[in-house]
Amino acid sequence: MEPLPDFQLLKPRSVAEAVTARAASAHARFLAGGTDLLANLRSGLIEVDTLIDLGAIPELHRLGAHADGIRIGAGVTLEELAAHPQVARDYPALAQAAAGVAGPTHRAVATVGGNLCLDTRCRFYNQSEWWRAGNQHCLKLAGDTCRVALKADRCYAAFSGDLAPALMVHGAIAEIAGAQGRRELPLGELYTDEGRAYLNLAPHELLVALRLPAAGGLRSGYEKIRIRAAIDFPLTGVAVALRRDGERVGELCVAATGTESRPLRFAGLEVLQGMTRDAALVTLDKLIRKQLGMMETHLVSAGYRRRATLVVAKRLVQRLFAA
Amino acid sequence: MKSLVRLRVNGIAREDAVPDNLLLLDYLRETLYLTGTKQGCDGGECGACTVLVDGKPRLSCLTLTAAVAGREVETIESLARNGRLSRLQQAFHEKLGAQCGYCTPGMIMAAEGLLRKNASPSVAEIRAALAGNLCRCTGYVKIVESVQAACAPPNGVTRT
Repeated sequence: MEPLPDFQLLKPRSVAEAVTARAASAHARFLAGGTDLLANLRSGLIEVDTLIDLGAIPELHRLGAHADGIRIGAGVTLEELAAHPQVARDYPALAQAAAGVAGPTHRAVATVGGNLCLDTRCRFYNQSEWWRAGNQHCLKLAGDTCRVALKADRCYAAFSGDLAPALMVHGAIAEIAGAQGRRELPLGELYTDEGRAYLNLAPHELLVALRLPAAGGLRSGYEKIRIRAAIDFPLTGVAVALRRDGERVGELCVAATGTESRPLRFAGLEVLQGMTRDAALVTLDKLIRKQLGMMETHLVSAGYRRRATLVVAKRLVQRLFAA
Repeated sequence: MKSLVRLRVNGIAREDAVPDNLLLLDYLRETLYLTGTKQGCDGGECGACTVLVDGKPRLSCLTLTAAVAGREVETIESLARNGRLSRLQQAFHEKLGAQCGYCTPGMIMAAEGLLRKNASPSVAEIRAALAGNLCRCTGYVKIVESVQAACAPPNGVTRT
């Protein structure tokens, strides 16, 4: 690791102040837990002249019941989220995803917003400066060729945040603040399938909170595969939410992370409604196979990650059916 | 840019002008010469740099010094009193929880953080609390035994 670059550290007291500070410099970045950002800064992946510490903004740290669901401030830590009784009771996929991010010392400071805005990752990008220079750089940073897909005109770095699929299967809405005011959108629309500009956020915009509707009888779970179970980013992670209708599927939502440049909520699962468990598993297998487009972004092969995604998704559906 | 940071380190109040980009790890080691805290992977993956901030384990290689202004920082140097090892340190010594010793300060501080909130943790709880700390020598068995020994009642019964 290289030393941190020089920067000034700002500590705004409100979302408005933070957004104004971000708009003032093209090389300003928001700093939450810093567990990913500081390591990336030391690898020379990000140019920065100002860090805006979000730790002193009370609005971002609120977590509690809202309407008939829950509202989660972007500054809530993963440790707090995993331990929250309403999250554990009504949104188990989210509690499981939060409890499984990295190690305990990371989760104590890492935040919901940080995990949702996590930089995309690739074996050609998350390397030291000299390694990347020795390999003529890549499309995501300072190069003109994607090393994963040599003829591609886009970057395939993979999104690896654990919370996004868990929030997506529960229908999360993202609240965003910017210099022009506030807006909200379904969480899935926060992401683009481009590893460089993977967030649909203007440079001055800040993710403020997530809102979840009432769980309404949905059972959910999250499971992932990684090399070192204590700490690594997911090779693949799957969230499933299921509403049973007797012995048949009432509603089934499945979303994955670690597979593409965005968290992917699988489309077309309405056809599973009314199917028995076993019939639904066969059709789900086909639907997921068609939509997974993972590339060789990890040291572990795309083929393995693809098979693992299918196994984990089907295992979760079986587990939730039996619950 | 520098700013004036007030904090307490191992019970002593400090006021230092520190650069905004100074990591807590470098502040402890290079400014205060508290070299017990180790620099391992230097990227948040090994836990060797674990210290306590307000009593909770933190990775000092991923923490800006300015971000702990007003907080209480404790390092491995704070545990021994008057030349006597703490109970946890003594347990690591007696149970051979340290081999090369490089991960030990971080391992002990992570365990210290655990024991302060849970005086009698199970093996699963010890393993979960130390999940972010890498050791390449011991295979972790002797480390877990050391933590168990440190919180065992005098009759020697330990939870499993």
